[in-house]
Amino acid sequence: MAADVTPPTSAHAGRRSVWELLRTIFGPVGQLLLFIVGSAAVLGLIVVLLALVQSSARPDLLTRVLAILPQVIIDGLVRGFLFSTIALGYTMVYGVLEFINFAHGEIFMVGGVVGAAVGLFLNNTGLLAGMHWLVFVVVVVGAGMLVSGTLAVTVERIAYRPLRGAPRLVPLISAIGVSLVLQDLTRLIMTSTPLGFNARYNTPDFGKPLTLFSMPIGDRAVPVILSPKALIFIVASTLMLIGLNYLVNATRLGKAIRATAQDMPTASLMGINVNQIVALTFLIGGAMGGAAGALFGLNVGAVNPYMGFIPGLKAFTAAVLGGIGNITGAMVGGIVLGFLEAFVASYLSLFTSGAFSGAAYADIAAFSILILILIFRPSGLLGETTTQKV
Amino acid sequence: MKRSLSLLMLVALLTALLAACGGAPATNPTITPAKPSTEAPTVAATTGVTGTTTVSETGTVTETGTVTGTTTVTATGELTATGELTATGELTATGELTATGELTATGELTATGTVSETGELTATGELTATEALTTTAAEPISDYIKALAAKITPEIATALGTVKIASQTPLSGDQAALGTGIRNGAELAVGEVAAALKLAGVKVELAPFDDQAKPEVGSANAKNIVSTPEVLCVVGHLNSGVALASLPDYKNANLPMVSPANTNPNITEGGYNVAFRVVGRDDVQGTVGEQFARDKLAVKSVYIIHDTTSYGQGVAEFFRQAAEKDGIKVLGFEGTEEKSDFSAILTPIQAANPDLIYFGGLYPQAGPLFRQARDRGITAKFLGPDGLDSPDLAKLAGDAVEGMNYTSVAAPVSQFPKAAEFATDYETAYKGPATPFAAQSYDSANLCASAILTAAVEAKGKPTRAQVLAALKSLPNLSGITGDYKFNTKGDPETATYFVLQANTKDWNANTLVERLAIPAPTSK
Repeated sequence: MAADVTPPTSAHAGRRSVWELLRTIFGPVGQLLLFIVGSAAVLGLIVVLLALVQSSARPDLLTRVLAILPQVIIDGLVRGFLFSTIALGYTMVYGVLEFINFAHGEIFMVGGVVGAAVGLFLNNTGLLAGMHWLVFVVVVVGAGMLVSGTLAVTVERIAYRPLRGAPRLVPLISAIGVSLVLQDLTRLIMTSTPLGFNARYNTPDFGKPLTLFSMPIGDRAVPVILSPKALIFIVASTLMLIGLNYLVNATRLGKAIRATAQDMPTASLMGINVNQIVALTFLIGGAMGGAAGALFGLNVGAVNPYMGFIPGLKAFTAAVLGGIGNITGAMVGGIVLGFLEAFVASYLSLFTSGAFSGAAYADIAAFSILILILIFRPSGLLGETTTQKV
Repeated sequence: MKRSLSLLMLVALLTALLAACGGAPATNPTITPAKPSTEAPTVAATTGVTGTTTVSETGTVTETGTVTGTTTVTATGELTATGELTATGELTATGELTATGELTATGELTATGTVSETGELTATGELTATEALTTTAAEPISDYIKALAAKITPEIATALGTVKIASQTPLSGDQAALGTGIRNGAELAVGEVAAALKLAGVKVELAPFDDQAKPEVGSANAKNIVSTPEVLCVVGHLNSGVALASLPDYKNANLPMVSPANTNPNITEGGYNVAFRVVGRDDVQGTVGEQFARDKLAVKSVYIIHDTTSYGQGVAEFFRQAAEKDGIKVLGFEGTEEKSDFSAILTPIQAANPDLIYFGGLYPQAGPLFRQARDRGITAKFLGPDGLDSPDLAKLAGDAVEGMNYTSVAAPVSQFPKAAEFATDYETAYKGPATPFAAQSYDSANLCASAILTAAVEAKGKPTRAQVLAALKSLPNLSGITGDYKFNTKGDPETATYFVLQANTKDWNANTLVERLAIPAPTSK
């Protein structure tokens, strides 16, 4: 509405729209790429330096470190994109309502369970075997987005909207309650259907993992592989980021969201239906979470009703790390956290000669580094450079 | 006379069945080079002597491993084997004939000297010993009970009145199938004991309790059981967690508990002093797995992963210790709570390229892990403990686990040759096949009854619970339908049987038994 009454601005925007549009949509992607390359390079350099420091005592360490380095970077990337897509939901809701939706991890889980249910249904009807993988991906992601998006909007309507205006801790408690309800409701549904508590995620054949190249180690070669499913995950997340950036930064709906985020009463005075915008935010965040769940389940092959808790917690951390309320920040935070975890899990055991189990201490190490980052940059990695919320 | 004959027949049956199942496992698979049969008057070998046709010695044969001759085993001097001694043909020793393991001859068995045998003794042909024939094989528990029943005088019977054995298992809830099977197994045993004691005038009853697989219910039931003076022994539980919650109450009352299913080490290591079990322990499974991996899978290197729980990590630690001792290269030892995305663990595994991945933990974690490992092109074999024993593993991992092995403390009833009669009895009585642990429960209840009767005979009246406890501890080596049982000071069976099974992803119930191993109880935790 506001844009309509100022034709000169519109005309002005129209003239430079192509350049502006490209910049607003792909600028964050470029920023993200910068962070991916940057964190991979920094962490890679650190492990190589550590290997060189120890090389006098253990001469074979450097070859072993280098042999798995490309694979660790790929693992970290896949993990990072997982956290990123979930973190988007946290950060959008925070941007608009300044409230942390702790049930978002469960929205993610529901997406995975819906994907598994679709897979099971297709398998039982015999459609799965002959299905093209791309069709399958579109179907499960679509179903996951639809159900999770609707669920997120419903949760907002039932559990959060009546509490708007209440002290800030109240909706937080409500969110924790919703999280528990969703977990156990899903468990109830899963255990009373053929899915079962631990549901397998049936998929059509995605083919063999792509062997990118091989790293020599001693007399044999360690292949560096990228599974087709992981590739799909990365591509889909990137597309989602681009789409979200377009929506928020280049459409009128996005302008309304940004206005609501900046000042809800004023936005309301300008003729924006605030309730609708908040519901829309939940819809978008929930749909992203659902898509992430469906793709994550596809990637790992199994889902259960409690699988959303830990990724949800870590995605929340990623959102804070990136600067909560900032969309690009959420992506960047997710990537950095994913890299940290992958590096610690894969290398800790190697550097300590097996004294510390990397996988067991990955969280401790990764979160210690996070604390350090947040001590020096309390508003997150991108918190200062961008003033705009959402 | 009649008794020993029936014993012989039973043992013969067992041996035939064992042979049909693929034979008893040899303790030492090494084959010694051919030995001169005429020059050497004395042959002492520490490994195995195996002859496909004839093992013939003019001197003395001393053997700490196994002696096997498919036709004839002959020694003109003494013949001694601390392992098994088997001959499908004749078995002859002109001197003494000694075997501490099994002694089997399907043909004639002749010894002009003494035949002494601490294991089982079987001969389907003639059995001739010119001097004494001693055998100290485990006595069948039913015979033991019958012998005791004969010693119950009317005075003792009056003092005893009604004896109750309690059972505590889940009879409702999602584990009710297993719990009811245990109750039924105990009921069958108690029924037989009651029949044997009917003449003496003693009533024996089973008092079944439903612990609902919940620790708090088990503990409440335990208080109830303890306050019933007729109950002198408990058979239970199914779940280690419930048993551990109930044991303090049993301990306070000195009431012995014989478990048919609890494998948690803490049952007997927890200092309760009243807990006994007829099954193996979780912690030994790691050792069993390692032995299997080394002997049968012939692996040279292993990567160990566990779930950081006391069960999973415990088993994995034991696997590692055994592997390091026996020269299997341990390429990594990692714990993880991750449930779905194992890429960060699999990358170092791919670089390390182990022959085997050992996973200490449960199937919900193992399924995705194994699946993702295969998806990545990791070709290592998989192995794990009985936490993997679930059809859900096949569901989650699909063909990635086809043919993989896992160790277990329990095997289906069909794997126990002596339990054939029990299996038919059970089917007739309860209109369905015996569930896992039902046969173990039958043995547990019989051990309970043996202890109660022994204590009654010794006390010449109604024994106290402490006397029953003492009697249970000092029972001789008794042969039940699932194995021979003698308890060590902690309450573990001195030798427990462990099983290695092979997964069948199409039908989990059709998993095949690959190996059965008798392993002594660990001496210290």
